[in-house]
Amino acid sequence: MTARGKRLTLILAALALLGGATTLVLSAMRDNLVFFHTPSEVAEGKAPFGRTFRIGGMVVEDSLERLPDGVTVRFAVTDTAKTIPVVYRGALPDLFSEGKGAVVQGRLGSDGVFVASEVLAKHDENYMPVEAQHAVDQAQRAAATLKP
Amino acid sequence: MKPKYLIPFFIFVALVVLFAYAFRLDPREVPSPLVGKPAPAFALPRVDAPETLAGPADLRGQPWLLNVWASWCVACRQEHAMLLRLAREAGVPIVGLNYKEIRGDAELDASRLSPPEEREAALLRARAWLAQHGDPYRFSVLDLDGRVAIDYGVYGVPETFLIDAEGVIRYKHIGPIDERAWREVLQPKWAALGGGKR
Amino acid sequence: MIAETGQFALVLAWVLALVQAVLGLAGAARGSAGAMAAARRAAMAQFAVLLLAYACLTAAFLRIDFSVLLVATNSSTRTPWFYRLTGVWGNHEGSMLLWALALAGWQAAVAGFSRSLTAAFRARVLGVLGTVAVGFLAFLTLTSNPFERLVPMPQEGRDLNPLLQDPGMIIHPPLLYMGYVGMAVAFAFAIAALLSGRMDAAWARWSRPWTLTAWVFLTLGILVGSAWAYYELGWGGWWFWDPVENASLMPWLMGTALLHSLIVTEKRGAFRSWTVLLAIGAFSLSLLGTFLVRSGVITSVHAFATDPRRGVFILGLLALTVGVSLLLFAWRAPRLSGGGAFAPVSREGSLLVNNVLMAAAAAAVLLGTVYPLILDALQGAKISVGPPYFETVFVPLMAPAVVLMALAPFLRWKRDALARVLRRLAPELGGALLLAALGVWAAGHATPGAFLGLALTAWVVLASLRLLGERLRQGAAPGLAARLRGIPGSWWGMWLSHLGVGVFILGVTLVGALEQRLDVKMMPGQAAELAGFRFVLRGVSEVPGPNYTAQRGEVEVWREVQMLTVLAPEKRAYFRSAMPMTESAIDWGVFRDVYVSLGDPTGDGGWVVLLFYKPFISWIWFGAILIALGGIAAALDRRYRRLAQRRASAAVPERRPEAVAEAVR
Repeated sequence: MTARGKRLTLILAALALLGGATTLVLSAMRDNLVFFHTPSEVAEGKAPFGRTFRIGGMVVEDSLERLPDGVTVRFAVTDTAKTIPVVYRGALPDLFSEGKGAVVQGRLGSDGVFVASEVLAKHDENYMPVEAQHAVDQAQRAAATLKP
Repeated sequence: MKPKYLIPFFIFVALVVLFAYAFRLDPREVPSPLVGKPAPAFALPRVDAPETLAGPADLRGQPWLLNVWASWCVACRQEHAMLLRLAREAGVPIVGLNYKEIRGDAELDASRLSPPEEREAALLRARAWLAQHGDPYRFSVLDLDGRVAIDYGVYGVPETFLIDAEGVIRYKHIGPIDERAWREVLQPKWAALGGGKR
Repeated sequence: MIAETGQFALVLAWVLALVQAVLGLAGAARGSAGAMAAARRAAMAQFAVLLLAYACLTAAFLRIDFSVLLVATNSSTRTPWFYRLTGVWGNHEGSMLLWALALAGWQAAVAGFSRSLTAAFRARVLGVLGTVAVGFLAFLTLTSNPFERLVPMPQEGRDLNPLLQDPGMIIHPPLLYMGYVGMAVAFAFAIAALLSGRMDAAWARWSRPWTLTAWVFLTLGILVGSAWAYYELGWGGWWFWDPVENASLMPWLMGTALLHSLIVTEKRGAFRSWTVLLAIGAFSLSLLGTFLVRSGVITSVHAFATDPRRGVFILGLLALTVGVSLLLFAWRAPRLSGGGAFAPVSREGSLLVNNVLMAAAAAAVLLGTVYPLILDALQGAKISVGPPYFETVFVPLMAPAVVLMALAPFLRWKRDALARVLRRLAPELGGALLLAALGVWAAGHATPGAFLGLALTAWVVLASLRLLGERLRQGAAPGLAARLRGIPGSWWGMWLSHLGVGVFILGVTLVGALEQRLDVKMMPGQAAELAGFRFVLRGVSEVPGPNYTAQRGEVEVWREVQMLTVLAPEKRAYFRSAMPMTESAIDWGVFRDVYVSLGDPTGDGGWVVLLFYKPFISWIWFGAILIALGGIAAALDRRYRRLAQRRASAAVPERRPEAVAEAVR
């Protein structure tokens, strides 16, 4: 093989590698994106059934209840307009509490109860997660446009 | 200069443009949905005279500031000197919304208190704090459970709302008001509303 | 007064950095020995002055001076002294001061310990570093002043974020910052090479120990951060693909690619523009990491700490640094091209593929990290990219890199035949597949992932042993000990790091495949079983701490009839903040960890308890430590020191290549 030919082989190999990597990245991206929906969107049926997504908002005061097994909890998440019941099995994160913002990831059951696989409450004591804040904003924006 | 050596540069420029654009849309910079809407009404007990209920209606006819505060909030202490100056030197009417005085404080366990006890404790603490640091407020009201704060879309303390003479929210400031925030952001808006003309 | 002294020191440091940048670059361009020497002294002085600023802030923290805003918001009268010491960098402003101090430390090191460099080259490196420091110190003083006063002074402070009140957090940020900032040195070497048009084997030999040192710091920083997340967050995970973690992984991947590219530049004179590009990339990603974490564009952990001006400033600094470097690259790199030719199958070829894979992995992580941000900006859609994305992308990119990693040292430079090497390594290849098959059968966990992980580990370990054996047979010296001693540090570095990767993969594979978790409600006196262990909750009692009150559980761990240990996980309530904190309790072991943490009380006297069985998790840390040890061994290679001595003794010819390069220009 000539020097030129070798160089070409090398470049083609590198390009093939890069192309493969790009395909891999894009397909992984398509399959693993987790979308975020507000409780209002979920109530309107805009959220997908059978696919993992996130909802966020405030945990409704006095909604937290522990089932008899002691490990499963139920609570409700609201964006101040609509409220979605959530069930979760496992220990709640340190910063989870009623009246505070939270984001939960999971699937929506056919009974309208959101089955959470993960509860995130990554924020400091005064501030909500950005996504929870976003949900409340959306709902208030909707409410504000309806009122006048 | 060979063109192929410029490729990394152009890729980078494209990335920066995207970033700068994304950054402009920082979610926290989105104006509150309440801006341009009437300030939600409330009637809450005043800190200095709990038998009297007060609300936005008492301030009709002049622009004013609604400042959300609590005695356990360190950042509030930071902006307090500025608020005092605004009230005393510029005559800005400021109303304080005391946010979860007891329940918001991690040192206290609100669940051990009955509602009247909670209210009593909140009044004592809020008054003591105002006596110690100075009181810039026309009046302050107690929002023990934070329900009014939810109506206003309050995410944390301190936050300050600029409300015009017709009772419409014109601006929401998140975080403490310092000299610069007032001078560069709030004051122009305040002046545009005709504030400060007595 | 202390705060004002610190403030003054910061401004002085900025002036010194400016002097260093101007005198360094101009002095080198004009060949003025006086200016170049002054730039060197300015670098030393800048370090001293920043050390003073840092000492001032530390003093304010130790003396609990709440009139300094940062002290009031990050410590309290009840915070123990060592957490007041670490509180200095447990916040935005202080950590940026630490960043600046680290940069000054690296500059002083270049100024003091690089006698092997020609004076002009050193002045250029210092000039470039000084320029970076000018930008960064301006950022610090203009947008993130750590010495801001708080009037009136509060009676009590806000305390340090409880998550950061932990020994791991004492060493994690300094290590990570030394790594991040160390990439600035590699970057400065690359820019100086572009400026002077000189980039030969000697250049690569100068650059390598610096890059290696920075890379070792970065490796250790990531390791400590990961271990901290494992035992402190109470969820048993060791890597979350969190934007903050990704921010440290990206420069590490680029730095790894850079190290390997430097080898080819040193040995064969090839890959020069690639090396420069990787050095620019590694430093850019370090800056980008700082931007992502500090501007709060991605997640806001502390809303008040995220000032939009800061993000804009860092973004501007990033755009300027990288933009100018890449333009300089476009202008000057064409004259760097050349170097030895090589066939696709050769040591160079394998290193090139490694480079492409590493860079692709870094790009994939970058995309996953910033994609939510981009989508939000373009469509207003809120999404998140979770661990599944990163795992799906990372494993297929890294697995071939690991196969190649063990194979490459057997390949000859310039040209080789793949069939020859594969025939030679057939026993190792077959052995690896056999061992992996045996392994998944023995573990009773036959998944493709577990098989792949075990096969990769076995392949790396067997090939490493073979490599060592061949190396020892090769030596001319009589006796095994003499031959062992005859192997250079850089070879040991390669060998240890590659072996470390194998050990690391074993840990990741086994903990992923065999870990067990149980979330269970336990009443005092009740028992639960997991993975052959029996856990008995003795009870939960209240225990006072210096600045918190803890609910401390006592959990007996039994194996059959023998009690192994009593673990004491805690749930802490810190006085000054509303955050409750989980402190897990771990029985560490070489082959398994038993991990217990407290969930929530159930209201009837019981507790939700999280039990974990984590086999081989320590091997993740062992692997990372081996990788870092390899870096240290390579950085200490005698070759670099010999070079230093030779350069120092031959003072006259020292300037010649540089002078020729200047004259040609």
